[in-house]
Parts: sequence; structure tokens; C-alpha cells
Amino acid sequence: MTSLEPRLVGLAGALRRHGVANGTSDVVDAAAVMTALGLEDRERLREGVAAALLRRTGQRQVYDDLFDLWFPAALGSRTGVDDDVPPPADAAEARSRAAQLREELARALADHDEAALESLAARVVAELGRLPNEATTGGWSSAQALDILAPQTAIAAALARLRDAADGIPGGSGNGSGGSEGSGAGSGGAPSGQRFADRFTRDELRAAVAAFRRRVEVETRRRNAEARGAERISRYAVRPPAEQTPFLLAGAVEVEELRRTIAPLAKKLASRMAARRRRAARGEIDIRKTLRRSMSTGGVPMRPAHKQRSPHRPDLVLLCDMSSSVAGFSRFTILLMQAMAGQFRRVRIFGFVNVVDELTDVVLSAPPGADLTEAFRDTARMTRWHNNSDYGSALLDFTDHHLDSVGPRTSVLILGDARTNNTHPHPDALRDIAARAKSVDWLNPESPRQWGVGDSVAPLYADIVDMHECANAAQLRQFVMRLPV
Amino acid sequence: MTTAFASVDDVCRALADAGYLASDAIATTTFLADRLGKPLLVEGPAGVGKTELAKAVARATGARLIRLQCYEGVDEARALYEWNHAKQLLRITAERDGDGHWDALRHDIFTDEFLLARPLLEAVRSEDPVVLLVDELDKADVEIEGLLLEILSDFQVTVPELGTITAAHRPFVVLTSNATRELSEALRRRCLFLHIDYPSPALEQRIVAQHVPGLEATLVESVVRLVGRLRELRLRKAPSVSETVDWARTLVALGSTDLTADVLRDNLGVLLKHQDDIERAAKALDL
Repeated sequence: MTSLEPRLVGLAGALRRHGVANGTSDVVDAAAVMTALGLEDRERLREGVAAALLRRTGQRQVYDDLFDLWFPAALGSRTGVDDDVPPPADAAEARSRAAQLREELARALADHDEAALESLAARVVAELGRLPNEATTGGWSSAQALDILAPQTAIAAALARLRDAADGIPGGSGNGSGGSEGSGAGSGGAPSGQRFADRFTRDELRAAVAAFRRRVEVETRRRNAEARGAERISRYAVRPPAEQTPFLLAGAVEVEELRRTIAPLAKKLASRMAARRRRAARGEIDIRKTLRRSMSTGGVPMRPAHKQRSPHRPDLVLLCDMSSSVAGFSRFTILLMQAMAGQFRRVRIFGFVNVVDELTDVVLSAPPGADLTEAFRDTARMTRWHNNSDYGSALLDFTDHHLDSVGPRTSVLILGDARTNNTHPHPDALRDIAARAKSVDWLNPESPRQWGVGDSVAPLYADIVDMHECANAAQLRQFVMRLPV
Repeated sequence: MTTAFASVDDVCRALADAGYLASDAIATTTFLADRLGKPLLVEGPAGVGKTELAKAVARATGARLIRLQCYEGVDEARALYEWNHAKQLLRITAERDGDGHWDALRHDIFTDEFLLARPLLEAVRSEDPVVLLVDELDKADVEIEGLLLEILSDFQVTVPELGTITAAHRPFVVLTSNATRELSEALRRRCLFLHIDYPSPALEQRIVAQHVPGLEATLVESVVRLVGRLRELRLRKAPSVSETVDWARTLVALGSTDLTADVLRDNLGVLLKHQDDIERAAKALDL
């Protein structure tokens, strides 16, 4: 066990650096887990240590990557993989190697052969992934290997293989096609000889190829970690969890992950805002509770207990900057809008660039999960005269036309960077909103260091309402947690 | 302290005998929760078998299942214990007719006889091994979490009038959560964390085959592939294992021998619970 302790501590430290909080007691638990499980089965060890070190769902991806680095399956090249392959001499040789590997990949995909896929991933890295000169992150590159291999091109070949197999063995498919012919006659629409479930084959193959890409990436990290040390690779080569990805830089894949993170957070935000006024010191007396309390004073009800009020669902007004300068952030804004719309009794959503337009109907009528980025790309109704964001005139426009949507039970949430392109900020308009609303919070995607720099008027607005930095999902979580209950 | 399982494989076997097919992750974590004597915090989408896991552990180990169903506003009196004040008042009035020594009476009415044990106290006081299931903890208020901390770390309960009661057997504790509220770090720290996700296709096929024995193997495969495809669509509520099983039962009831577009179109409501999900799926699957 002694030689494993530094590894375990190293893994815990790397997790902390990637924003996965864990304490000493968790590491002690993880060590107890290792003693209880032994080291025979690596996958079980992975699950067991995860149970001790992780505390919430979104942390799994980064944990898996780091576990592979700190507890690698093996060192050096794998059995059955020839490691001494020199890097391809020229482009033609690389192409011919890739073609051969691709053919084997198609076969393994068609057969669902997990073991073959695993060793194929190792071979792809060994034969195509070696860099001509070593980079800071090591001597192997998964990007280079996958570029040459282009595994997605194996899908068509795998499909053809599967189709040949189905046609080639008449005895095997007799059972299935017999059944479908019987029902096919009834429905009249089903293509004969092809089972309905085969429609999914292409999608399943696509998912399998994505999984294969991940295998190649894992294998590359393993090889690099060996050359450069797990410590160093875990700092550079592991993607931070979706929580830590800045909204402004989020790409399509990250947005998909964010969607999953944000939905529960929006729910929590909603229940937090609802909880703000739950504990009531007056109201109806709870007879049962009061009697029970009175027992400690000999049956004299000294301290009356009140019935708990049912939580009140507040109204919410969202005011969002939809200009192109915060494009990445507005994708997040849209996700939050969609998630919040389902949670509040009455929610009204306004977007602005320099004039305000109500977007409630667009958001509420869209099916959940729909991509609204396109719907909002046309900002014509949110602009006047020019296409730059102007917080001053937008706020003024809001107080002129929509102030009646804000009442004493309304929470207002403003999302934007408060960069007003050197126009007048009109803080009085914001003051009017703050005076009417129950609470106003402002989420700003920029770090406080940037507030007030250049054309940002964030400090001015921050004096009037609570402004919070909200550059990634982790900070959104913090904001939600900090809301007073 | 005694442990119920000898190894991870033993857990797999025992749970399978109890009618619960566990993935490797579930079996490993269950084994560790038993071996290390720590509570198990289970999260995951609805309908993947979080509650069922606790029931299966109870069946597999022959322990009694004690369940605390949490809801908004559940309090000490419902979760831990309550004095039977009606009975206490009766006792006081009964004594009043006699000469009545108040001191004796005062000690008398705070005894076991007047204590109503609620699930948490019941689990701690139980003479036999128990499995304590705290279901949907995220629905309860934050105060209940504080109440659980003492029980989860030391397996003891303090009743001011009676003193501290320590568990004779360490109960096997399972907490489930659907993540509608963030549980506190203090609670998370005391537990082993297990995220149950949708099972792998192979495991799901075994689960369906076990629950619906009358279905052909090829059809089971088709059903699982269909559900896998549906989970990839962005739906409001993705179908979970229990819906897969329901769908398989539907096919048996209809006497279908093959999965066809017609059967699927007419019975999509078994798998999907929202109208816009059904429309979206019908479009994506080209029905």
C-alpha cells in the first residue's frame, strides 16, 4: 500500500486543482476503499475511489481522466501492439497506414468487439500519434492521430459490413424477417426484411466512433503521462469540468454540457428565491406543535408554534443583454431563460440591445431543449439606429414601457456585461426598477477586475443593485448558494 | 461490527437473487458502504432504481427496511420521535384524582411508554439489522439534514429527557436525492457518493428479460436499442428503466413479435410522458 499513498494524494490534489473539492477525510476514506477492494480489478477500484472522493454528479468526467493518469492500466506499450513503429516517413505512408487501421476499425465496430477497439486505439496512437518533436505536453498527439485516421469515415464501411452479414446468412435472419413480414403485411409501410430497430444502427455507430475517439485520447494521455509525469499532464491535458468553462468561451459541446448543469441550478435558484420568505413568525397556530412544545412547560403553552406557510412562488423578470459582444454569454442566458421559465409562476423575459423587446412568448412556446440561438439572432426589434448595446437607453426604454411588470413581489435578474459603448448609463432608470422590485440582482460575465475598465459602467450600476460575477456554472452555483434563505 | 457481504461478487450475486441486477459500479459501492459502515448517497435520474436498491439490499441481507419519505415540511416529530402528548395528558389527569406525587409523575411521563418512535429513532433502536432508506432527501428542508448528521456519523440519537441512544447494529443507510436542492457539504462528506445512470445496453437487456420473461431475445434487444436512441434526443423527460420494462410488457400484452413503426406510433405514450416529447420523438424516428 505504501507506494500507492503518494499516488492517491496526488490524484486528490489534482482533483482539487480542477475545482473538485475534497478533504483529508475523503482521502482517508479512499485509502480505506483501496484496502477493502484490493487492486485486482481496476474498474471496481475506479468506482470505489470515485464513491469516496466525489460528491456530485458533474465531477465524473474530470475524475475519470485524472484516474487514468494517476492509476494507469499499464506502463509502456501494450502487449500485441508493436511500439517500435517509426513515425510515418511521408504523407503517403501515413495515409496507407490509416487506411489499414480504418478497415480494422470498421470490422471491430460492426462486431461490437470491445477488446479489439481498445487495442486498436493503442495501435492508432502508436502508429499515427507520435509527434516529430516533443511538445510541452509530451511526445504523442491524439489530435494528429485522429486527423489522419478520420474514424468517422469508418461508419459507412461498418454499415456495409452489417448489411452484408444480414444478407449473407439467410438462416440467421429468417427468424426476424419472418416476423416482420407477418406484421409488414398488416402495416404495409415497413420495409421488408429490415427490422425496425435497424434504423438506429447508424446512430449507434456514430456514438461508438465518438467513444473510440475518447479511447484514443485516454491512451494518448497515458503515454504522455508516462513520459512527462502524471502531475504535469494532469495540469495541462485534462479538460476542466463543464462547471469551470467560461460562458464567453463555451463551444457547441460545452453548451450541451452546460445545458445539463444549468437546468438543476435554475431549479435551485427558483426554490431559493421562493424560500426567501418561508419562515413566518406569525400566522395560523399549529395546535399539534404547540401542544407538543407545551409538554416541557408542564402543559402550559408558553411558546406558540405557527403553521408553516407553503412556499410562495415569486414573480421573476429577466432582463438580458442579447448583443453580439456577449454572444457566448447570451447562449448561457438563453439556457437560463428556458430553465427558469418552467420554474416560476409568472416569468417575463425581456431582451435588449439598445431597446427592450419582450421575448416571453418565444421562450415559453419553444419546446424544451430547442436551440433558440437562431431565433434571437435577428435582433432587429431590440435595436434602434445602431447595433451596439446601450444600457442607458435600454433601461430607460424598460422603465417607460414595461415598468408595470415589476411589482413588490417581483425579483429582477439582469444579465449583461454593463459595457455601454460610451453612451449615457442613465442610473436613475435602474434606481426606479430597484425601488419597485423586491430584489434586483445583476449577473456579469466579466471578472470584477474588468469592471469600470474601458466603456464598462459596472461599478456605477453595482452601487445601485447587487452585481455578481458569473463567468461559469460554478459561479452561478455560488450565487445560488449565497441567496439568503 | 459485522458485514453482510464477503466480496463485490457476493454483492452482485445476493442482489441478483433479490431480483436486482446491479452494475459493477453499484455493486462495488454497495459493498464499500457495507464494509466501511458509511451511509450511501445515491443520485441519478428518476426511475433508474435508486429506491429499489435499498429494498433489494434489505431483501438480500434479510434486514428490515425502514423508510423515511421526505417531503417539504417534514420535521423532527415525523422523522425522529414525538412525545405522545395525548397519552401524557391522560396520565396527568388520571394521577390528579389520586394524591399525586408530582416529582414521581414528572419522571414517569417522560419514559419509553410515551415515546412515539419515528423512522430514524426506530432504525437506531432496532434489535435486528435494518436498512434505513431516507428517500428524496432533497425535498426536505435544510434542518432535517442537520438532524441527520448525528445519526449518519455516530448512529446515535439524543432525546433530551432520556439521554443518548446508540444503535445496537449499525444500520445500512441509503439516502436518495433527485438534486432539486443542493445538499450541504457536511452531509455529502459523511457519505459515499453513487451516481446511478441509465444502465448499459447489455445490462438493460438482462433487466428487461428478467422482468418480462415472455419476450423474445431479439425483441428485447430492439426495445433496448429504441430506448437508447430516445435517450439521445433532447427530451423533457428521457425514458428510464421502469419505462423500458413497461414498454416491454406492453409488447407482450399486444402479442407483438416484432417492433414496427405502427406499434411504436400507437404506444409511444408508454415511454414518453409529455406530448411535445412524443411529437419530437415521432419526428426524429420518422414515424
